[in-house]
Amino acid sequence: MSDISYVRDSMLPPSEPPGAQTGVVKWMRENLFSGLSNTVLTLVGVAAIYYFLQLVLPWLLHGVWYANSLSECRSIIAENYGPNASGACWAVIRLRWYQFVFGFYPPELWWRPTLNFALLFVALAPALFSDNLRMVRIMVGVVAALYLLALVCLSTTPLIFVVTAVLIAALFGVSVVAPMQLIWVTLLFPFITIYLLWGGSVWSSAMGLAGFGVLAVVYRLTNDRLGVVVATGVGVVAAILWWIFLAGPVAGGLASVLAFRLEPMDSDRFGGFLLAFVIGVSSISISLPIGILLALGRQSDMLLIRSLSIGFIEFVRGVPLITMLFTASLLLGYFLPPQTNFDLILRVVILVTFFAAAYNAEVVRGGLAALARGQYEAADALGLDYWQAQRLIIMPQALKVAIPGIVTNFIGLFKDTTLVNFVGLRDPLIGITAVVRSDLDWKGIYWEPYIFVGGVFFLACYGMSRYSMYLERKLKTDHR
Amino acid sequence: MALAADAPKQSFRLGMLIYDTRYRAITIQVIVLILVLLFVGWLLDNARMNLALKGKDIDFSFLWRRAGYDIEQNLIPYTNDSSHFRAILVGLLNTLVVAFFGCIFSTVIGVFFGVLRLSKNWIVSRMMVIYIEVFRNVPLLLWIVLVYVVFSEVMPQPKDFRPGADGVAKASMWLWDSMAITNRGTNIPAPLLTRPLPDLDTAALSLNTSLWFVIILFAVSVWLNRKIVQQATKVQEATGIRPTTWWKSLLILIVPTVAALVLMGFHLDYPVLAGFNFKGGINVAHAFSALLVGLTLYYAAVIAETVRAGIQAVSRGQSEAAFALGLQPGRTMSLVILPQALRVIIPPLISQFLSLTKDTSLGIAVSYLDLRGTLGGITLNQTGRELECMMLLMLTYLLISLIISAVMNAYNASVKLKER
Repeated sequence: MSDISYVRDSMLPPSEPPGAQTGVVKWMRENLFSGLSNTVLTLVGVAAIYYFLQLVLPWLLHGVWYANSLSECRSIIAENYGPNASGACWAVIRLRWYQFVFGFYPPELWWRPTLNFALLFVALAPALFSDNLRMVRIMVGVVAALYLLALVCLSTTPLIFVVTAVLIAALFGVSVVAPMQLIWVTLLFPFITIYLLWGGSVWSSAMGLAGFGVLAVVYRLTNDRLGVVVATGVGVVAAILWWIFLAGPVAGGLASVLAFRLEPMDSDRFGGFLLAFVIGVSSISISLPIGILLALGRQSDMLLIRSLSIGFIEFVRGVPLITMLFTASLLLGYFLPPQTNFDLILRVVILVTFFAAAYNAEVVRGGLAALARGQYEAADALGLDYWQAQRLIIMPQALKVAIPGIVTNFIGLFKDTTLVNFVGLRDPLIGITAVVRSDLDWKGIYWEPYIFVGGVFFLACYGMSRYSMYLERKLKTDHR
Repeated sequence: MALAADAPKQSFRLGMLIYDTRYRAITIQVIVLILVLLFVGWLLDNARMNLALKGKDIDFSFLWRRAGYDIEQNLIPYTNDSSHFRAILVGLLNTLVVAFFGCIFSTVIGVFFGVLRLSKNWIVSRMMVIYIEVFRNVPLLLWIVLVYVVFSEVMPQPKDFRPGADGVAKASMWLWDSMAITNRGTNIPAPLLTRPLPDLDTAALSLNTSLWFVIILFAVSVWLNRKIVQQATKVQEATGIRPTTWWKSLLILIVPTVAALVLMGFHLDYPVLAGFNFKGGINVAHAFSALLVGLTLYYAAVIAETVRAGIQAVSRGQSEAAFALGLQPGRTMSLVILPQALRVIIPPLISQFLSLTKDTSLGIAVSYLDLRGTLGGITLNQTGRELECMMLLMLTYLLISLIISAVMNAYNASVKLKER
């Protein structure tokens, strides 16, 4: 009896799905033409894109980079693409980029803002990626490389090139060996900024810094006997006395012995994105601690402190930034002792800091509100006092929730730095563009400078909002 | 046997002011109060000295003096002979009108784009992402200035609307010859009345009686219509049959208003090219249009993002349940998703309306004479009264903000989830 049973001992290869169910066709059927309305939407969308591109694409493609005036640009375009062709004249950016970036900072000193900008990212790296040392290294490495590249492009003197290159290489070395030590750069950064951007003797910045040293020493000495609050108060008083009476003479004395002087620079030389970054970064960083204190004040049990905080926050949030800027330029003089006259940028930074502090306070308050009541009770149960509880339990959690909001605030503030134009500072958007457009060679040009400035703002703000989303994902501890 | 004795009565020591939690709060508040009072006193004393040095005083009587400057766009009668107060009122109305239309337009566009952003159609949702990201991440000021520059430099001159030698005009009017955008302004038809009601006009208060009459008439019809619909619902609940109401609604909503308009002789005055410019109609200054368009485009992007977040906050189970009940996608959106999403959307929307209102002050970039432009601009410069003007300016903005947030918070309270 022969065996006729049939057993398949190998699998048939699966047959290909029908053509309409795979690859591009399937994707298009699902995402573009799944129904009548969807098809109509697709067609309308494609038509809109086509209309937009046929308007813009020729203009972009006909762009001219090498010309010395708008009329020359136009004649080149007319020569190459016919008399009715439109085209972008990017030559204005090529010739005037430095004004958009540095304002009226003298060319031989451009390395100072550039170095400061590079140090900003070195200072930010340990704060941004506190738990990802690899990212810190990558960031510092990229910044160092870009800085060297920028130095080559800016054609600085050999001495400055060597000194700053060694400095930035040393920082990269630190980031490889002990990345968290870079936090010292973060702490020193405000004083480095003042020294690098405004120039003068290094000692005036250093003595300003020493005031905080005085505060820390006095706090250490008196903390055991007087408690946190009183010790802080005594420390602050000591630091203020130092700043008022001793810092100046000591700095003068040291400067006469050995002055590491940089050429001093007036505030009216600042402009463009340099100004936007100076105002934006300094305001948001100074406003953060003030905002935290205001948020705590708003949650306080003490009636007076709570009402003062609420009053301040709601007042500042109720008025436009532009009135704050006018206050800085018109009114601040009234409320200071007669004949006090200080720098307009500083005045603007003070008022913008108040503004940002109120908004940050609300974000931090949101973070505090998100905390479970049990966290406060647990801190009390452990016997921690108010400041210990805030420092060890509350703030680490509340700030974690608040960071994306703070980044959003910073984006808003950075965009709003363009408003300083209206109190006489040269912001990149209106101030510098007006300077460029008032040149006879470039009269009548508008798309190109606005696109350039808008593009830089877009890159900065979009980058920051992406970073804030990354943080949100990273900090999300609840698994929903 | 030792009894648990009461804690020994402590006599009050000075140290307890700091170390005893019972007294510490009071101590701190007293210290803070003293410091704040000292600080405020210092500020006021400085202000007093500075004012004395400049030979000024604090005096609001300048408000009643002749303003002496012209305002292009005035919603209430105003000439340069009017008082500064009147000028400030005109400015305030200009601020409010931009804020009002800006809020409405940006909400409509924002909701529409926010829904499209979540569309299943790949091309449309990508386009919306690009729109939202581009407009959100670039300063609002850029949009306002750019729109203004484009309007005043790209748009045709009035003479281009005249037929040339070849009989063809270089530019043409829009919307059946009713609207013309020139480099000097946008000309739109003006609604006019041949037999208006007499206007009420005093120095402080001016009332366009005809306008208010029509508005109140329409509000009353809306109120009556709501009554009718409520009545119909009541009948439906009692008997199960809903009486037809659509013709009643239509009659009540349209007839009284239209009748009033016809009786007052309503007609449109179209702009006509005469001489070197358009005559007739309303000439909307580019400052206004640029500010409005810039604010609308920017805030539409912001609101679209809020709407998207709100819709995505409604859990998927809700739409799945709606589909399981057999609801169509459109009805799912309007009956199930949006009402729930609204609760998430409204609080951030309030703050966006507030920022939009505050951002109308950016009209400074295009010399729009709003509250900032009159009170904080020309009036301030002409009278030299910085302190008084800035104080009034800040207080007015504060008041507007508080009113908007009060109104919107009341609305929020009415739509939010009623928890029992």
